[in-house]
Amino acid sequence: MADQIPLVDYLVLGDSPHLVANECTNCGARYFDRRNACASCSGLTFTKADIVTDGEVRAFTIVTPWMPGTAPYVPAVIDCGGTSVRANIVNTEPDDQHVTLGMKVRLTTFPIGTDTAGTEAVGYGFEPAN
Amino acid sequence: MANDDIWILGINMTKFGKHPNEDVVDLASEAALAALADAGVTMADMGVLAAGNLMGAAAGIGQQLQKQIGQTGIPVFNVANACATGATAIRTVIMAIKSGECDMGLAVGVEKLSGAGMLGAGMGAAASDEWTPSGRFGAVSGLEGKLGTDMMPGVFAQVGMEYGHKYGGTSFELFARISAKNHSNSTLNPLAAIQKDMTFEQIMAEPMIAYPNTRAMCSANSDGAAAAVLISGEKLRTLSKEQQRRAVKVSASVLTSDPYEEGCQILPNVNTLTRNAARQAYELAGIGPEDLDLVELHDCFATAELVHYDNLMLCPEGGAVDFFESGAPFRTGSTPVNVSGGLESKGHPIAATGIANIWEICHHLRGEAGPRQIEGAKVGLAHVIGLGSACGVHILEKSGL
Repeated sequence: MADQIPLVDYLVLGDSPHLVANECTNCGARYFDRRNACASCSGLTFTKADIVTDGEVRAFTIVTPWMPGTAPYVPAVIDCGGTSVRANIVNTEPDDQHVTLGMKVRLTTFPIGTDTAGTEAVGYGFEPAN
Repeated sequence: MANDDIWILGINMTKFGKHPNEDVVDLASEAALAALADAGVTMADMGVLAAGNLMGAAAGIGQQLQKQIGQTGIPVFNVANACATGATAIRTVIMAIKSGECDMGLAVGVEKLSGAGMLGAGMGAAASDEWTPSGRFGAVSGLEGKLGTDMMPGVFAQVGMEYGHKYGGTSFELFARISAKNHSNSTLNPLAAIQKDMTFEQIMAEPMIAYPNTRAMCSANSDGAAAAVLISGEKLRTLSKEQQRRAVKVSASVLTSDPYEEGCQILPNVNTLTRNAARQAYELAGIGPEDLDLVELHDCFATAELVHYDNLMLCPEGGAVDFFESGAPFRTGSTPVNVSGGLESKGHPIAATGIANIWEICHHLRGEAGPRQIEGAKVGLAHVIGLGSACGVHILEKSGL
């Protein structure tokens, strides 16, 4: 298998792909970006926390891209066991019949391209759980 | 000595829309000179200038403006606070007057946005031949469209959908009907960028930008400027009876930012900082939401207007849909909202917006709003929010002088 690299550094690839957050050791606030300190309590130390891969759609939109011929995409906020995650809803039709508020979803990964060195970048989204 | 009561002595907004032959300094000059004339004073009377032009924030619009209308040597604050830039300029002048450093000042906001398209930069990395993690997410590619969206129509669409998930009762049609209210109101506002009555069916049939926001449900990118002259109550009482009669009292001026909450760095939380600003403003003014004769709130998208009924406490918590369905926010309702046409039709030249909404309220409190006058208006509220986030709330009262 070709080398792989995650689209973002908080996506862990392998046999059971999942997201990992920086969790404040003082107040428990979770972040997906590189941190200088905690926005909630100004704490300075963080630990890694695995995020559950099942979730529920708390909000979504369906963006019509400017470029003709490109497919609409479905940005959403997913509640993964109390931690909010940002992703697109994938593997379903991008319309309000197939994507609904409160629907159950699960994490999935997919290749997004290969660079000149042959490394494949892998992104993530959430697909309907049922 | 500190001044504790603040008034608007003069205020103006330009026509919003396309101004191909005027640059930002022309538009800012037009609004500033008209606000000074409206106030019956000159640049020589100003003790402070606060000015904003978000898209040209590094250029120093305040000094550029001075070089056209009066280089009097006063301190200039060039402010930038996203869509709350205009409100921040007003707030800055108010703080200077309140501190006692001066007794009069000018706030100006201007923007040229015609044809700017969708706003909101994608986070993430630059293109490269080899995947190279960079930025705060260690991203190997731009993330717009791959991991959600930073584009404003999509962000605010999710804000409205989140409200629907929490409280129920929302639908594509509901958001279109909110937009239809504002487009209908715009037909009475000659300064609006778009004056076109649209049914909710027509609005739903417009091109979809970010579900459930169609093009007609998005704020209109336009050119425009607005300016206000602010004055201490003590100084106002030395001016003519006519100036005192037309002055509008600033009963509350509040600026907040977004406090940390779970998820607020995933989808911006525009609710809590607005609620915090409203609560502070009502307390400062000694006025409740039920006392408001009109409200201009930040309907950058139809989905945003709904949540701000709730955030500004115009209805009980969770009751925004019922509030709209009751007819309350219509011109003829108990709390008319966005009788100017709102950002969806009046237009949204970013830095001008937070002064233009105050101009609209002043217009009604002075009884000068012509065919769209809300009869007997005595108190109004103006609200703006800039993503990032900043929220400005001003409560204004008719002069009793």
